Amino acid sequence: MNIKCNSSPTVITRQISTSFFYRYRSRLAAFGFAAPLIVYLLLFYVSPLVQNVSMSLHRYTRRTFVTGDAPFTGLDVYREVVSSSEFWVTLGQTLVFVFASIAVQYALGLALAVFFNQNFRLSGFLRGIFLVPWLLPPMVSGTTWQWMMDADNGILNRFLGLFGVGPVWWLQADNSLWAVIIANIWLGIPFNLVILYSGLQNINGDLYEAASIDGCNGWQRFWRITFPLLRPVTLITLMLGFVYTLKTVDIIWLMTQGTGTSQTLATWAYALAFAKGSHMTIQYSEASVIGTILILVALVFAFVYLWAQKREEEA
Amino acid sequence: MRHRPTWWKTLVALALTGIMLFPMYWMVNISFTQRRSIRSADLWPRDFTLANYGSVFRTQLPYLGTSLLIAFSVVLVTLVIALPASYSISFLDFAGARSMNFVLILAQMIPAVVMSLGFYSLFNDLGLLDSIPGLILADSTLSIPFAVILQTAFMQTMPKSLIEAAKIDGASDWTIFTRIVIPLSRNTIVTTSLFAFLWAWSDFMFASTLNPGGGKLRPITMGIYDFISANNEEWGPLMATAVLASVPTAVLLLVAQKYVAAGVTAGAIKD
Repeated sequence: MNIKCNSSPTVITRQISTSFFYRYRSRLAAFGFAAPLIVYLLLFYVSPLVQNVSMSLHRYTRRTFVTGDAPFTGLDVYREVVSSSEFWVTLGQTLVFVFASIAVQYALGLALAVFFNQNFRLSGFLRGIFLVPWLLPPMVSGTTWQWMMDADNGILNRFLGLFGVGPVWWLQADNSLWAVIIANIWLGIPFNLVILYSGLQNINGDLYEAASIDGCNGWQRFWRITFPLLRPVTLITLMLGFVYTLKTVDIIWLMTQGTGTSQTLATWAYALAFAKGSHMTIQYSEASVIGTILILVALVFAFVYLWAQKREEEA
Repeated sequence: MRHRPTWWKTLVALALTGIMLFPMYWMVNISFTQRRSIRSADLWPRDFTLANYGSVFRTQLPYLGTSLLIAFSVVLVTLVIALPASYSISFLDFAGARSMNFVLILAQMIPAVVMSLGFYSLFNDLGLLDSIPGLILADSTLSIPFAVILQTAFMQTMPKSLIEAAKIDGASDWTIFTRIVIPLSRNTIVTTSLFAFLWAWSDFMFASTLNPGGGKLRPITMGIYDFISANNEEWGPLMATAVLASVPTAVLLLVAQKYVAAGVTAGAIKD
């Protein structure tokens, strides 16, 4: 880069102007390449979001949805939704669904990750096969679980019958929440397994070597080395698990249609917005209110996620 | 490290995999069982039949075709939008590069039910309800943020000097993008396509809300759903349809396992 030092003033000005031109052109190119994505995001993310918030502030019914003259109501619909008893019952069920699902998914996923982390014959292949439940269409797994949990002829009750347990009405009333939690845990284990496994792979093997020389047994090695070092990965796994479990509709809907105790905020919004299941009339505004609440929770968690990611990068 | 026999670990792992995959086995089992014997819940298809598949092939092929068309189109749309954008974010002077990552993560966290309600009124205005292009656009929202995050993460590991050298040689951005960056991103493109395909193939939310009257022009997930809604207790054909709907997953897992695992960990993303 010595050449630049000796350049005459005219060359320098020319360099400046070309670099200005170049800069402008490269800005333009950068924008050009990103333009499809920007347009796409505006059209298919921003506009549905704005639509959703706007619908939650107006009173939309089937009629006003068509005519387009829904009256502005401010936060009235929010007040109505939050003051209804169904909201609080559903919120409680949502919390049970989310926390029971991610706690068990994480615990089992971690146990499996530690197990598969030991090299044995077929470990890589079987770990890959474990992904099947997670990649299958929820339609397929939901239907299969529904049949397995059939009260009269389901294999699950047949199995329990061997131990003298009477038939369980899995998909009804109070049991339905636990039925969908079981299926959802099954669905989420592979995700936890894969992420935690990759976390384990990044832990330096020498640490274990040193620990076993110092006389630590396997249990101690897990709690003193693996678990603390896995903390950042744990944080991200739980965070993503929370967000994705919160918005789950398909597996619940396909098994119980949100009947009994299995209604969550997401399935409730789905039922209200499209008049599905036991909700016969379309209630756009109420659905949008619940949708907006879900978005706000997601927003909070997006920030927490970024913060956690940043911390992990710095560590 | 001491060497201990590990065959018992393989046995335990086989048992665990068996438990995990039991629902899938059960689905296959029922799909081969005669109607009269389904309620006896035999552990293997004792009363064997292929009739369930016969009836599925007669009625479900249009749905499968629609699903294939939608899934492949979603892959195409995803790549066409995500690749240039990732190039711009990684290598060009794109002003919003830093905030884009946050926007995309947030976009992924928006509940699908919110998206579909928004799409419903948008498509209502645009006349895209009950149409395949509408469903393709909606389904691509499942994979585009993931695709951009994954692609940019990979592109940022490419040596910058490579791009700069090409620039000095007078290569245009388009040339660099198509001749250097895309060929080098081959693996990530495979991973992206794979997930875009599977998510579009699996979609239930958009198919059930944006395509209510699409008749035979509906994806396979709705084909299964119609079976359930008809409430005719035809579990044999229903499970046979489910088996067919699982074929892409099974094939991709067997053929492209390493790409799948790469996608899960790199993006750590999926709903």
